[in-house]
Amino acid sequence: MPPLHKTISIVHRQGLHARPAALFVQAAKEFSSRVTVKKGRKIVDGKSIMGLLTLAAHQGSRISIHVDGPDAAEALERLIELMTTPLPETPKS
Amino acid sequence: MSTTLKGIPAAPGIAMGKALFLDGEELSVPRRSITEDQVPYEMLRLEEALIKTRHQILGIQRKLSEELGSEHAEILNAHLLVLEDQSVREEIINGLRSQKLNVEAIFSDVLQRHLKAFARTEDEYLRERTADIEDIRKRVLRNLLGKQPDAVTRLEESGIVVARDLSPSETAQMHKRHVLAFVTDIGGRTSHTAIMAKSLEIPAVVGLASATKKIPRGARLIVDGTRGEVIIDPDAEAIKRYELEQRRYLEVGRQLLHLKDLPAETLDHHKVILSANIELPDELPSVIAHGASGVGLFRTEFLYLNRQDFPTEEEQFEAYSSVAKQVAPHPVIIRTMDLGGDKFFSPLQLPSEMNPFMGWRAIRFSLARPDIFRIQLRAILRASVHGNLKMMYPMITGPEELRRANEILHEVREELGREGIPFSKEMEVGAMIEVPSAAMTCDLLAGEVSFFSIGTNDLIQYSLAVDRVNEKIAYLYEPTHPAILRLVKQIIDVGHAHKLWVGMCGEMAGEPALSLLLLGMGLDEFSTSPVQLPIVKQVIRSVEYSFAKSVTEQAMKLRTGKEVEAFLTASLKQVAPALVE
Repeated sequence: MPPLHKTISIVHRQGLHARPAALFVQAAKEFSSRVTVKKGRKIVDGKSIMGLLTLAAHQGSRISIHVDGPDAAEALERLIELMTTPLPETPKS
Repeated sequence: MSTTLKGIPAAPGIAMGKALFLDGEELSVPRRSITEDQVPYEMLRLEEALIKTRHQILGIQRKLSEELGSEHAEILNAHLLVLEDQSVREEIINGLRSQKLNVEAIFSDVLQRHLKAFARTEDEYLRERTADIEDIRKRVLRNLLGKQPDAVTRLEESGIVVARDLSPSETAQMHKRHVLAFVTDIGGRTSHTAIMAKSLEIPAVVGLASATKKIPRGARLIVDGTRGEVIIDPDAEAIKRYELEQRRYLEVGRQLLHLKDLPAETLDHHKVILSANIELPDELPSVIAHGASGVGLFRTEFLYLNRQDFPTEEEQFEAYSSVAKQVAPHPVIIRTMDLGGDKFFSPLQLPSEMNPFMGWRAIRFSLARPDIFRIQLRAILRASVHGNLKMMYPMITGPEELRRANEILHEVREELGREGIPFSKEMEVGAMIEVPSAAMTCDLLAGEVSFFSIGTNDLIQYSLAVDRVNEKIAYLYEPTHPAILRLVKQIIDVGHAHKLWVGMCGEMAGEPALSLLLLGMGLDEFSTSPVQLPIVKQVIRSVEYSFAKSVTEQAMKLRTGKEVEAFLTASLKQVAPALVE
């Protein structure tokens, strides 16, 4: 399977931090494909929470997700879905 | 002489006790050389420490989800992911091989490098994550060094925890029995620590900047988590005052459920509207729990702060319509942006001003930047079909500004009409009366709007020429000053003479004795912070409207703020002794 990639804008209010980043890493780890995330010139491992946090991607940032491996198509679809659906609000009052 | 520190109120409530310091536990990291063949052994030690840490965090997570629910436990998922992060592990292996140092030193260096990178960013959310990473670093190091898990669990006496910062996992381990309150140097209103403190019902003040330096060891403290104040070594008078506040706060808790669904009306059935001031849409559940019948002030600055670009029309529309829908059929009053002053607006990089409260802010800013203002007006108008929305302009100083703002609003309405986009044609528009010149010309403003909302925080500060932030003159900030009483009374009377309704959205509306006065003046709407709502409702429900009117009449004749205050307190005591004692 050829490597796939797609560019998206972050919809989450908190950007790609904390909960969204944790969810992303958890989802990426379910696949055997290699996942990398690019923002500007920075490229990080999509299975590394530290890496994702270093991107400092906030709401509205453009990131591209690159997936390479046997389950690439499925992985990309799952990750895009995760990044483009708003999260249920975290408890806050 | 006691000192008061001002910070960000993170969790409401009042506590008094001894300061217990949690900081200063800088773990010393041993550094020693290793040989190439010791690398696998060092890695093995790290793996063991990581597994141990993982178990500890899972334990805290379990405790959290039992006590507070699983959404709080989820906060620690990021911790777990850092522990199993492959790229961090690779950095450590590379470090061990190239530098030939023990794993404590390498691990600590790698995490500190990441910490520094996070601390440099402009992003508030990301900066707050540094507390999480630092927490992991310390936990793993303690396990590598065979030390006790952490300081919070070792607290031997009860008191008020003072720390530079607290991680969510540390906060989670606090128990109300031991930790009466906590105060920290850093942290914001949205930090997980603040959110958890609220759920744990531990009063907390964060963002105090230098509490750990200013509070002496062993000092006695009063923490007012509702106002965000910490009083160091309070005098007898302050202690007495806060003991009263504390009793009131507890009383409010008890009354809350009972009062929640009862109307805000006097014994002789004079009804007023009791609503809440909110800063973030997330505060709505608390507004509803405290029995508000609407939102009297929905501040919109949150949309503009801590970001590099402007909020889009769509984003604003979503925020406004979601609040409108949740509160409907009750009204929500949106205040158009009040940027400038002490509210920093990142995309514009406004220059700092000598006197920001009198500077380029609020409606002045909106009229100077109609491009940004129109986007907000479009979003508000579009959201107006999704509930009972009203809007008001902040910091109006006279008829000209109001007319100009209404002209822009009119243009935006026509534009939406041409585009065939639905909006409510009946949406009420009001003016905030918070500048003395507006108060004195409110008869000239009345023709342009449907309501007035009195913003007392600024009205008092401008009328009495008192900078509220300056401790030395804080005693002059007197809501009961005869000048303030006259101004407020005049605004209400003129409003009513012109068939407008008049509300108030400053802190004055939330003070029990003052609410009696305002009720007597004929104020139609009281908007206050959610925690003050039940107490104001109780005042209103305890009196006859005629009694309040006679109290106001007498108060207006008194000569000093102190006399007014004493008189109002005595009057309130007659009808609702529980609120004064």
